[in-house]
Amino acid sequence: MDYLLTEQQTMIRDLAKKIADEKIKPVAAHYDETEEFAWPIMKILADSDLFGIYIPEQFGGLGGGVMDMCLVTEELSRACAGIALGYAGTGLGAFPILLYGSDDQKKKFLPDIARGRRLAAFCITEAGAGSDAGSIKTTARKEGDRYLLNGTKQWITNAGEAEVYTVIALTDKTRGARGASAFIVEKGAGGMDFGKKEKKLGIRASATREVIFTDCEVPAANLISKEGMGFIIAMKTLDSARPGVGAQAVGIAQGALDHAVEYARTRVQFDQPISNFQGIQHLLADMGTQVEAARALVYATARMIDSGAKSVAKESAMSKLFASDVAMKVAVDVVQIFGGYGYMRDYPVEKYLRDAKITQIYEGTNQIQRNIIAANMIKEALKR
Amino acid sequence: MPNTTDVRIDPVTNTLIREGVESVINPFDAYAIEEAVRLKERLGGKVTVLTMGPPQAETALKEALSLGCDEAVLLSDRKFAGSDTWATSYTLAAAIRKLGGFDAILCGKQASDGDTAQVGPGISTHLDIPQVTYVKKIAEISAAGALVERMTEEGYDSVETPLPCLFTVVKEINTPRLPSLKGLMKAKSAKITRWTADDLGAEPEALGLDGSPTRVINIFTPEPRKGGELLKGATADVAGELVELLKDIVM
Amino acid sequence: MAGSITIFLDRCNGCTLCVKACPFDAIHMANKKAVIDMAKCTLCGACVEVCELNAIELKKDAGVKKDLSLYKDVWVFCEQKKGVIQSISFELLGEGRKLADKLGVKLCAVMLGSAVESRIAELAERGADKIYIADHPALQSFQDDPYTEVLVKLAEEYLPEIILCGATVIGRSLVSRVAVRLNAGLTADCTALDIAEKERLLLQTRPAFGGNIMAVIITPNHRPQMATVRHKVMKEAAIDKARKAEVIRKNYPDEVMKSRTRLVDIVAEIEETVNLAEADIVVSGGRGLGGPENFAMIRELAKTLNGAVGASRAAVDADWIPYSHQVGQTGKTVVPKLYLACGISGQIQHLIGDEGRKVPDPRFQGE
Repeated sequence: MDYLLTEQQTMIRDLAKKIADEKIKPVAAHYDETEEFAWPIMKILADSDLFGIYIPEQFGGLGGGVMDMCLVTEELSRACAGIALGYAGTGLGAFPILLYGSDDQKKKFLPDIARGRRLAAFCITEAGAGSDAGSIKTTARKEGDRYLLNGTKQWITNAGEAEVYTVIALTDKTRGARGASAFIVEKGAGGMDFGKKEKKLGIRASATREVIFTDCEVPAANLISKEGMGFIIAMKTLDSARPGVGAQAVGIAQGALDHAVEYARTRVQFDQPISNFQGIQHLLADMGTQVEAARALVYATARMIDSGAKSVAKESAMSKLFASDVAMKVAVDVVQIFGGYGYMRDYPVEKYLRDAKITQIYEGTNQIQRNIIAANMIKEALKR
Repeated sequence: MPNTTDVRIDPVTNTLIREGVESVINPFDAYAIEEAVRLKERLGGKVTVLTMGPPQAETALKEALSLGCDEAVLLSDRKFAGSDTWATSYTLAAAIRKLGGFDAILCGKQASDGDTAQVGPGISTHLDIPQVTYVKKIAEISAAGALVERMTEEGYDSVETPLPCLFTVVKEINTPRLPSLKGLMKAKSAKITRWTADDLGAEPEALGLDGSPTRVINIFTPEPRKGGELLKGATADVAGELVELLKDIVM
Repeated sequence: MAGSITIFLDRCNGCTLCVKACPFDAIHMANKKAVIDMAKCTLCGACVEVCELNAIELKKDAGVKKDLSLYKDVWVFCEQKKGVIQSISFELLGEGRKLADKLGVKLCAVMLGSAVESRIAELAERGADKIYIADHPALQSFQDDPYTEVLVKLAEEYLPEIILCGATVIGRSLVSRVAVRLNAGLTADCTALDIAEKERLLLQTRPAFGGNIMAVIITPNHRPQMATVRHKVMKEAAIDKARKAEVIRKNYPDEVMKSRTRLVDIVAEIEETVNLAEADIVVSGGRGLGGPENFAMIRELAKTLNGAVGASRAAVDADWIPYSHQVGQTGKTVVPKLYLACGISGQIQHLIGDEGRKVPDPRFQGE
């Protein structure tokens, strides 16, 4: 479908596609197998300027927005969703600074992120605070011109690899979610440690670790916005970033589907390509339609965010919910089309199935997305 | 090495280039472009990319600009049509003279289709500058000269040369980068200098078909090889049969 | 103008045969008539031949005729490394013999080197009637400047009508320069050479477009006619110990021997005991192997058979194996008696690399 991309967006998408096809596809299985972090690919993405597309020009970026970021995430995910997450996770970590950071903070941190010299990570989840993000326990205590952070963040994407961390911690335990604040913590800060690298079902090329703070010193200048804004910053960050998960899901679904079409055309059973069978044709048709619908919803949401719309929580949740459910369904059906070959690790499609699952879980499970969507629908009805 | 000009030549021997080919960078030239851009990044200076070909070759030049070249020149004129490697190297050398000072000329080892590897050495001869061919590494380079490794059949030669010098490079020399977005945007709006035969002030009788000592007099499709014999049957039987056949020939 | 090509529109019926025949994509149809893009046309004449209506006329001017009769003899540039004559030289002497006989002229060997006097007999045994020797310390190993200068001086003095040279690293670098200096025609990588006896022209056949078609190339109005030939494409000249040759020793002043470049070191990197270009048995692997690790099987088989390891361009491009193993158009020419290709689709570009083969190769499509 023609989404009437601008000339610059077309250029961005084509470049991302080139990198995905020429540089990521040949190594996707390798990184999936070894679970290494794909630094060589991050270097290529950095040199290509793609890390800077959503960052304003005055901070070394190219001045684009969420839509541009979605285009890149989708293309990279077609080849490997795990490697794409190193890119998208940096976006998630950068959004708090981008949306609420002071000019000084932006000047200090964004140019390096835009050039891909430093990756970023966003830290909110804890062992006891998953879907219930309001129950985080990590604290930040002010002492003079610095804060001391204590607590453990869990399952943090890019942890250990990234150098800029945006962390949500409680500055006032008595006020619950309203007592949360957002901080920028640089790797190497005293009292900051990383847990062991997690072993995962999918997206194995991405690094997931605990981030452990023990009286970790953070300069007061690294507080984003002001105390008590932490939860609002986190929610707005996730609102902007969810279409990115949607784009990742669309990429996974498209990548798997491309394999399925090619396989159906060339796999011969009963003396003919299996694509001659209506049972296969209808599967392909449904998948193609679902992927396109998911893409349309993701792009429309991204453009809405970029246009400066005030409230995007509902649409953002819808795009993530729908696209990730499509990715999961498509990945399952693609494995089915491949039959026994689909189940074998020598063939590429089982990886899409493993990778797809996370998109229904992270940045808010799809159950939480439904809560958000319903809550907003009811709120809108009340306003009328 | 301030105020450097690296001039890179794309020896598009238009005599053997098909349509479509000229709109992408010939794979061997990609290594020359990458090396020139790396030299610039290390030492400063400027990279000019130069090619001779039909107007469509602009696309390849734009790609070169997106990869870090600073300026691009396209030599395009019907008078260049039919150039063999002699006339091609003469024309490119004339353009390089017109461009003025340079420290190094980098060429791909050969055009992918023409496969003659003659244009680079031809240029260095027309310009009367030293050359090192089949370069797989530029170990040292400064205003005083360069120390490079020339690939040979057995290994490599270490060769010292003063500058300016012409180098033809092989694929071992580097891994070409992909374009950057900023590069692509710059290239999109960049203006490509186009020179005709008149701009070069070259001798007309040395250009194009007139300037080419060689002539293609016939083009034919090679006779297909005689088909082999396909052995069929169970793997073990076929293997046995094959061994018997080979015994007479090889062993 | 060196020539012109015209389409008679009244005769053209728009059949598009010429469009298909044009190797340069220079012809397209406009209003059902053929139109030639002169920016692409090389006046090769392929369209003229296929046109059934004689609607295309090609006029090739002869150009200004120089007196070409002053040029005589067939020269072979004989490459030596560390004083050892390279086998390509013997192959060229074998081919040069045939050409010289057809022309009724002498076959001459040209050798540049230092203290190579003892090698002269070898060249005579391989059929050279006359041997030009430039012996000087500066010529011990190949350097572009002195080698070019000496070969140019020799050719200017003795006026050969043909110079053959190996399409080796040295040969390609050297003769490209010499051809420009002599204003001579040069055709690279010839796979066949012959003489048009009446016109005394060297007919040079070489693959074009990566071997999908072959082109025959002549040098009508310039001398010498120069050609390079790849290793092992031609058969070596037989040895005849009884043969003697006239030897001409040339000395040149020091300024001819000056080199702007300086050879600092010669490094030999011998990767395997069997040289790929010379091996009788080659086992090659391609992308079909599935991964670099599977080259171990290829190596094992090659070792067992006392053969060399080859590879397709695809496998080399994927960084599975170094370029030095590449066989084919952009790699090495091999001439084994047995060629085992594993996981290689057999594209023409790969087949060009094994043109000199003597027996058909078994190709396996295994499971």
